[in-house]
Amino acid sequence: MATLIKGRRVVTENQPSPKEKVVRLEPADDPASISLEGVGRVEVSFPKFGDGRGYSIARLLRSRHGYRGELRAVGHITRDLLFFLESCGFDAFELREGEDPREALAAFEDFSESYQASVARPLPLFRRRA
Amino acid sequence: MYLYDAIDQRLVDERVAQFRDQTRRFLAGKLSEDEFKALRLRNGLYIQRYAPMLRIAIPYGLLSTRQLRKLAAIARKYDRAYGHFSTRQNFQLNWPRLEDVPEILAELAEVQMHAIQTSGNSFRNVTTDHFAGVAQDEIVDSFVWCEILRQWSTFHPEFSFLPRKFKIAVNGAKADRAAVGVHDIGLHAVKQGEEIGFRVLVGGGLGRTPIVGVVIREFLSWPHLLTYLEAILRVYNRYGRRDNIHKARIKILVKERGAEKFREEVEAEWAHLKDGPATLIAEEVARVEARFTRPPYERDSDYVLDETTWSPGFAAWHKRNVQPHKAPGYAAVTLSLKKTGVPPGDVTSDQMDAIADLVDRYSFGELRVSHEQNLVLANVRQRDLPALWREARALGLATPNIGLLTNIISCPGGDFCALANAKSIPVAQAIQERFDDLDYLHEIGELDLNISGCMNACGHHHVGHIGILGVDKNGEEWYQIEIGGNQAPAALGKVIGPSFARADVPDVIERLIGCYLERRDSEAERFVDVVHRIGIEPFKERVHGNAHQRAPRSYREPALA
Repeated sequence: MATLIKGRRVVTENQPSPKEKVVRLEPADDPASISLEGVGRVEVSFPKFGDGRGYSIARLLRSRHGYRGELRAVGHITRDLLFFLESCGFDAFELREGEDPREALAAFEDFSESYQASVARPLPLFRRRA
Repeated sequence: MYLYDAIDQRLVDERVAQFRDQTRRFLAGKLSEDEFKALRLRNGLYIQRYAPMLRIAIPYGLLSTRQLRKLAAIARKYDRAYGHFSTRQNFQLNWPRLEDVPEILAELAEVQMHAIQTSGNSFRNVTTDHFAGVAQDEIVDSFVWCEILRQWSTFHPEFSFLPRKFKIAVNGAKADRAAVGVHDIGLHAVKQGEEIGFRVLVGGGLGRTPIVGVVIREFLSWPHLLTYLEAILRVYNRYGRRDNIHKARIKILVKERGAEKFREEVEAEWAHLKDGPATLIAEEVARVEARFTRPPYERDSDYVLDETTWSPGFAAWHKRNVQPHKAPGYAAVTLSLKKTGVPPGDVTSDQMDAIADLVDRYSFGELRVSHEQNLVLANVRQRDLPALWREARALGLATPNIGLLTNIISCPGGDFCALANAKSIPVAQAIQERFDDLDYLHEIGELDLNISGCMNACGHHHVGHIGILGVDKNGEEWYQIEIGGNQAPAALGKVIGPSFARADVPDVIERLIGCYLERRDSEAERFVDVVHRIGIEPFKERVHGNAHQRAPRSYREPALA
């Protein structure tokens, strides 16, 4: 079973409460077209390592549509993507088979800064410089 | 030179550590070939025909002598003591070992260099005019805007896995020397009254579907630069095609949507972003500008060379390789890496050290790589020109051919590149040998000749006045020739008929030139002007001949089934 990282910790899967809906978005889906009412988890699919559409989906869900629930990246997720995924607003990650979860946790610290504004850093670096 | 601050340096160092770990995991079998491919390409590492190829970034082509000496040392230590300056103003090593690459990147980081995003489906090196900051027709110093864009496009969390590579060019002067029309995004600085802004072009590009970009905004005021680009990129990242690598560039999206529809989508996206936190502020522009070192020009240098004392050799070099400068008493000098017999853009480590020495003494320790694969000393005192010429000549770097036929732009081709259909360097050399007579070369006048070894068009053959494309026909190398292309204003060449065998290419070029010389109305009318005036038919006829003339052996496509 795939390893799940949530809140930067390795966790075992817990079922969402029956009241909370789970929505799954494929790369071509438009986040504006779904209702987020009562949704507790949005899963965004990364069918291929290099498919970058999910990053924009996450950014829009968080920054434009005000979604605050769990945002989970599923599919072809390796540690190499975690820094970017988290910057774009993901907080849960289903690692692909064979990923060492402890090594993966270190990847959140791959970079100590980013130049751009993102979900994790709403202001770009140039507005945060002392 | 832009000097890194502590954060710039830290990010590059962190990238080295990340890639060191990725290489370790790949060699330990923990990353698949495919996964590692996507990661190594982001660090400029290709697995080539004979060995890996490492492409090192030279942001907007600007390089210090300290960095050039480091490149020389790296080429000596990890490669075969030479390297190649590419048409994207980068530097390529042809024979490094995969295991050594993390160490090479660590050495580069010591001199504020890297190989970040020099390949892969992400933002590539932002390119610009190699006379930025010194040109007499300057509107803005494009280096400052390139650096702002370098930072914005480095490790962009949302746009690191685009449908395809993405190339941005910035031109800061009146004349376009950055080829903004053939980039995914082209930015041409303009002034409205006192306000600085950019004309925004999108969807240009070469490759297998050459297209000239369209203007989607006539004037974008500078504070909005990053939010507007973010809007373009978000539309592209979401809707650009990912099902077919050959249709994945933004130019296809713009073409399929139609420029007007695409513009509307960008504007709709931008409405959400405009005036948001990513809006640029004057303090940031000033901060970046202040991190660039500026040459301390001599104030009273109104020295003018006495033309009556010039030797013919110096005069020819001055005419072709020396450009006027905005500071009185100074000039910009191009060192030609296009000497006959040397692959275009190639330099040895010893040459790099010698060039660094010249640049330290004559041009404030800073040089530029031009997209024509030459090196530019942008700040030379007029009084030093004769001495610099003598020294450059001794090093084989003073061939007076800038802008002329033998200043061939060429990709490395089938001698090195796994993608190539055909070799390009031997073709370049055969042409250079044929046109080795300098008087004849100068008589022909300005002519851009570009060679690409395959339709990926790294040699930009579509925008050469004469463009040569290597094609594979049943396992044999053939060469398709087009004429009438132009870099700026961008125009794409037209093919003059069936392809030619390699041995016939110099003959074909000679016939094209013969036709031009007969048809031009004056010496001022360039080859490309004549093609545009009279069309390609007379040239085709001359090359393919008629019944009385033996046509060069050419390959005809079998009739389509």
